Amino acid sequence: MRLSYGMGFILLLVPCSLLVAFTHYPALKALLNSFWNNGSSFRPSRFVGVKNYETLLQDDKLGQVLINSFIYAIGTVPVAIALAIGMALLVNSKLPATGLMRLSFFLPTMLPMVAVANIWLFFYAPGIGLASQIMTWLGLPTINFLGSTETSLASMMVVAVWKEAGLFMIFYLAALQSIPTNLKDAARLEGAGSVRIFFDVVMPLLRPTTIFVAVNALINAFRLVDHIVVMTRGGPSNSSSLLLYYIYEVTFGFRDFAYGATLTVLMVVILGFLAAVQFWVLNRKAHYQ
Amino acid sequence: MKTGYLTALPLVMAMGAATPMAHAADLEFYFPVGVNAPAVATIEQLTSAWAAQNPQHTVKAVYAGNYEETTTKALTAAQAGDPPQVAVLLAIDIFTLIEEDVVLPISDIATSDADKAWIDSFYEGFMVDTRFDGKTYSIPFQRSTPVFYYNKDAWRAAGLDPEVTPKTWDEMVEMGKKLTVKDANGNVTQWGTRIPNLGLAGAWLFGGLVKSKGDVLSTDTGTEARFDTEAAKASLEFMLRLADEEVMQPGGVTWGDTPKAFLEGQAASIWTSTGNLAFINENAEFDWGVGFLPGGDGPGAPVGGGNFYIFKDTTDEEREAALDFVRFMTTPENQAIWSMATGYVAPSQAAWETPEMQAYAEDLPQALVALDQMPYAYREFATFQRARVTQFLVDAIEGVITGGDEPAAALAEAQEKADDVLGEYR
Repeated sequence: MRLSYGMGFILLLVPCSLLVAFTHYPALKALLNSFWNNGSSFRPSRFVGVKNYETLLQDDKLGQVLINSFIYAIGTVPVAIALAIGMALLVNSKLPATGLMRLSFFLPTMLPMVAVANIWLFFYAPGIGLASQIMTWLGLPTINFLGSTETSLASMMVVAVWKEAGLFMIFYLAALQSIPTNLKDAARLEGAGSVRIFFDVVMPLLRPTTIFVAVNALINAFRLVDHIVVMTRGGPSNSSSLLLYYIYEVTFGFRDFAYGATLTVLMVVILGFLAAVQFWVLNRKAHYQ
Repeated sequence: MKTGYLTALPLVMAMGAATPMAHAADLEFYFPVGVNAPAVATIEQLTSAWAAQNPQHTVKAVYAGNYEETTTKALTAAQAGDPPQVAVLLAIDIFTLIEEDVVLPISDIATSDADKAWIDSFYEGFMVDTRFDGKTYSIPFQRSTPVFYYNKDAWRAAGLDPEVTPKTWDEMVEMGKKLTVKDANGNVTQWGTRIPNLGLAGAWLFGGLVKSKGDVLSTDTGTEARFDTEAAKASLEFMLRLADEEVMQPGGVTWGDTPKAFLEGQAASIWTSTGNLAFINENAEFDWGVGFLPGGDGPGAPVGGGNFYIFKDTTDEEREAALDFVRFMTTPENQAIWSMATGYVAPSQAAWETPEMQAYAEDLPQALVALDQMPYAYREFATFQRARVTQFLVDAIEGVITGGDEPAAALAEAQEKADDVLGEYR
């Protein structure tokens, strides 16, 4: 049975209105707000043109936040992917207790980020936390993980990798199981070793998964900041502040909605650029069967 | 679709039935929790007691997170036209709430003689930051001040008199050096003291250091920040000195881990809120005491904590009910219940004179120290655009403590940025 055009539009109405209400309208509104200054009962909001964007260019803190976000993305994405492939190979092998391994690798993914952050707070607590206790036991000096500008961002990245790798493992596991065994058998007949098989047979076939996972990991690197809120609030000295956290701080902490909107526009542009690159790469590089 | 209508029907009927009742108000009450204490249970106990006494009204107590989150939620709800009628928010948020035009001066609705006597019943030290432009905007409720908690067993082990706490910064360094303990590898297992210096809590305690050097960080106009001062510089240098002389863990020290570090014996003394009294009393497995915060030139401490605010966008009935609710929550008896459950400093003399409170103070004399320290305490940093301006101070403190910045330069930079923002309000 074919649906009539009318019915088609009615069915489209619900998803479209949700998309407009929660994605397109806020994005447009943010763009408009970024050309106005912040009002209050004392000073009504007025049109200021590109003044907020001038502030943005001169914002030292934003510079640091962008560098942090960049390091965070570059640092977490490859590590999470490498770890995910490793774990997927492990649980796809013929080792005993793979079921238990799958469960324990996937467990961090099921926990809410806020719970994860609270667990890690206890790991990191200097002197009393698990990390400190292990280091003391080994006779090493303890590190003030969250209280030092050198280690706070890296500590956040470890949490993110720990949380994300399990999810990516699931994708790789599914991909590994869909690789036909006759390909590997053929390679083995030709005299290829396990390492050669992995790099020349398995990895190319995993490429669509890798691209999908990389894109998601990259977006998550910008999207997930719950642990920053719980653990460091961007500190010390803004050393662990990421773009989305900075937007939250400016908008709801400082209640500067105009500048918050300006930063949001920047974030949308960055994410839009990443999405464009994603589609370009997907279309050209992915090998689909 | 049909089931949807059917299930919604009783709800609509219930709403219809509720409206005709005379002078009934349905209050929504936002409150934050900022301490390790059974605060939510006590709030619920007190709110249900009020609701039982006032069956014509209802009150819904909404736990809204920490202070910042509660303020954000209340302001967002107010801007959407649906504010809570009453909320406990930071005393120092007064300028933000006035600027956003969402709260009602309580002195505008509490006009009877009894009401005025009630407003006058609180300690002056807690009332300073409730006033603006000749009006009283809020009522003190969960007020706190930091005190010096110390482990008497650690004092004894270091050969110190367990009844004597350091009075000055020099004494703190001197005694602290004896209290820091290292293991065979040279790693510190117990630090002499612990002053949280990160984030907003760090800035709060910093206000006490500055006060003890005879200056203040902000005045009551709400338009002046005083960062670039000798007192602020000396305070930062004192913090650096504590780390240099191995009295305190170098680098950033978080607020949240502080009571735990004390209980685990990782710090022989800590500077933290009286709001942790109940938690430490319950969990400490050693002999502990409380003293004044060591000071630069004399004692000094910040006061902090939350007050009751009544929101503007409310009906007369709601305001009346809200005022009655606030008066109920701050009766001497209820202040005593709240103070004993949490460790917050009961904000009126009458509360301290209740038999329950007298017995409590006898049982836990540490609670009285905060009260004795009150005359030396000064309001927490507050200006218009507080969150933004405080962040300049936080950045300066963290930059010096964790980033190796020069104190004078960091403070001058914070001052410049603060003046930029506050210039518009002068």
